[in-house]
Amino acid sequence: MTAGLTVAVASGKGGTGKTTVSANLACVAAEAGKKVCYVDCDVEEPNGHLFLKPGLERRRKVYVPVPSVDVEKCTACGACRDICQYSAIAAIGSEVITFEKMCHGCGGCRLVCPSGAITERGREVGAVEEGRAGRVAFVQGRLNVGEAMSPPLIKAVRSSVPENSLAVVDAPPGTSCPVITAVRGADFVILVTEPTPFGINDLGLAIDMVKELGIPHAVVVNRSVPGNSLAEDFCGQRGVRILAEIPDDRRVAEAYSRGELAYSAVPAFREYFEDLLTSVEKEARR
Amino acid sequence: MKEIVVISGKGGTGKTSLAASMAVLAGRAVVADCDVDAADLHLVLDPQIREKEDFSGGKGARILSGKCSGCGKCYELCRFDAVFKNEGHPPYLIDPVACEGCGVCSHFCPEKAVEFVPVVNGQLFVSETRYGPMVHARLGIAEENSGKLVSLVRGRAKTIAEKENFPYIITDGPPGIGCPVIASITGADAVLIVTEPTVSGEHDMERVADLAAYFKIPAFLCINKYDLNPGISRDIETKARDRGICVVGKVRYDRAVTDAQLERIPVVLFEGGVAVAGDITEAWNSLIKHLSQ
Ligand code: SF4
Ligand code: SF4
Ligand code: SF4
Ligand code: SF4
Repeated sequence: MTAGLTVAVASGKGGTGKTTVSANLACVAAEAGKKVCYVDCDVEEPNGHLFLKPGLERRRKVYVPVPSVDVEKCTACGACRDICQYSAIAAIGSEVITFEKMCHGCGGCRLVCPSGAITERGREVGAVEEGRAGRVAFVQGRLNVGEAMSPPLIKAVRSSVPENSLAVVDAPPGTSCPVITAVRGADFVILVTEPTPFGINDLGLAIDMVKELGIPHAVVVNRSVPGNSLAEDFCGQRGVRILAEIPDDRRVAEAYSRGELAYSAVPAFREYFEDLLTSVEKEARR
Repeated sequence: MKEIVVISGKGGTGKTSLAASMAVLAGRAVVADCDVDAADLHLVLDPQIREKEDFSGGKGARILSGKCSGCGKCYELCRFDAVFKNEGHPPYLIDPVACEGCGVCSHFCPEKAVEFVPVVNGQLFVSETRYGPMVHARLGIAEENSGKLVSLVRGRAKTIAEKENFPYIITDGPPGIGCPVIASITGADAVLIVTEPTVSGEHDMERVADLAAYFKIPAFLCINKYDLNPGISRDIETKARDRGICVVGKVRYDRAVTDAQLERIPVVLFEGGVAVAGDITEAWNSLIKHLSQ
């Protein structure tokens, strides 16, 4: 492998097998001798570590900037309150108070304060943890409980990927800020779905999202069952390619429940992920 | 009136299927779908939309090409990498998806060349279903502020429940532990955590239980597909009890849950789902008993 390649694995709906696909993909890539990094951007509920079982070597706390008001200098003019779009700073009488958890760290209040009363300090929102799982480099983010601001942490995770590697990004579920932060700038997005009405509905939303972002993408159907063509029909209508169909297999579900990779439990599954890796690389480098 | 929020931490544990069934079992309930990012409850409850309104979660910035002098102030000040250099005119542009709507560029632009106006980024619906009123929403693609939209959905559900004297609000919450989840559970009467016996389900159940404890909301647990891995189910039960969380029910793994979804009806009303319906009914009855104590 020469230049780096970032492949994000996403799905509108949670629990469709995003982590299964990304962890198995990263492992077959490493076994094929590639320099690969598994990147867990599902910082609210990071699960990849349960399957890859990495040794964590480094932990770095991540902070977002929040204002700190010097009461000596503050004249209670209210300009900070007026610029803040998130009601994170308020002027009550002659006192200014901040609501740090609502602050997006835009820096507007500090810039606007006429008396230089505002400085910034860091507020911890979570941590980036790095290590290795055999030949797979491993990075994950872990959001602190009670914390709403996941995007800055996701950005920090994304920027910790070693250079020139194949980065497999496990994105959070949904279609709003966290997943967008995770997939933005990726070369290719794999959308994982399952052939159920919920799965297909959420796949539609995920396709709209990646189209909006303008990232090349294709679908992987997980827990595919013979005779059920919901996913094929839908992808046909939307003109999106299906790169792989991974059959529904109770043994794989049980392996998953124990935290084992699909193909270590059922060796025949290795081929699905090897083929998927080949197609993804081909598609992404087009 | 009791507001019960069904959450799971991990997605795909069967939260929405259980919430739909509980909406039926509750008899009289207002249903709220707070998973505004990837709403699915409407697929089984078949709501008829009665009211619709646009939702604006905040403002967005746009550079007016006639006024921009290309000084680059906006580019320098934006902390969200939303302003980028443009080859043509105007010399700078704003990526609406990356823009957080903080207004800093607009405020400090020397030419007053940045328009800063409310953006519509979703819709709120008040509907009627066969099982009662339902409040749901649709967040625009790639939009922010799902937390605000969640609060709006909950607020509307509460108004209806209070006005028409409904004893319950059953809310389908979003996955995760972040902003929309926090907005879904703060101030609720109870959260019902739906988990599955997998190492991920167990891990995520603990994170979401921590969240409920952090906001001091009484939490109950339901283990879905408990027979998939009885060993992990037992571990989860022990962990829940150690935290003082009552396990209200265990629901078996049953294809009928997916079949009911394919038929688009709540599984408790599905012909082939008698066994699993029994488990869900037991869980619901136990939850209600605990809540009325
Ligand atoms: S930094 Fe921005 S979001 Fe935070 S308090 Fe100041 S103006 Fe508000
Ligand atoms: S802008 Fe500065 S001086 Fe004015 S109220 Fe805020 S902190 Fe005080
Ligand atoms: S600050 Fe205003 S004038 Fe300067 S580049 Fe930005 S939009 Fe143009
Ligand atoms: S409003 Fe804020 S986030 Fe949006 S472009 Fe301007 S400075 Fe950047």
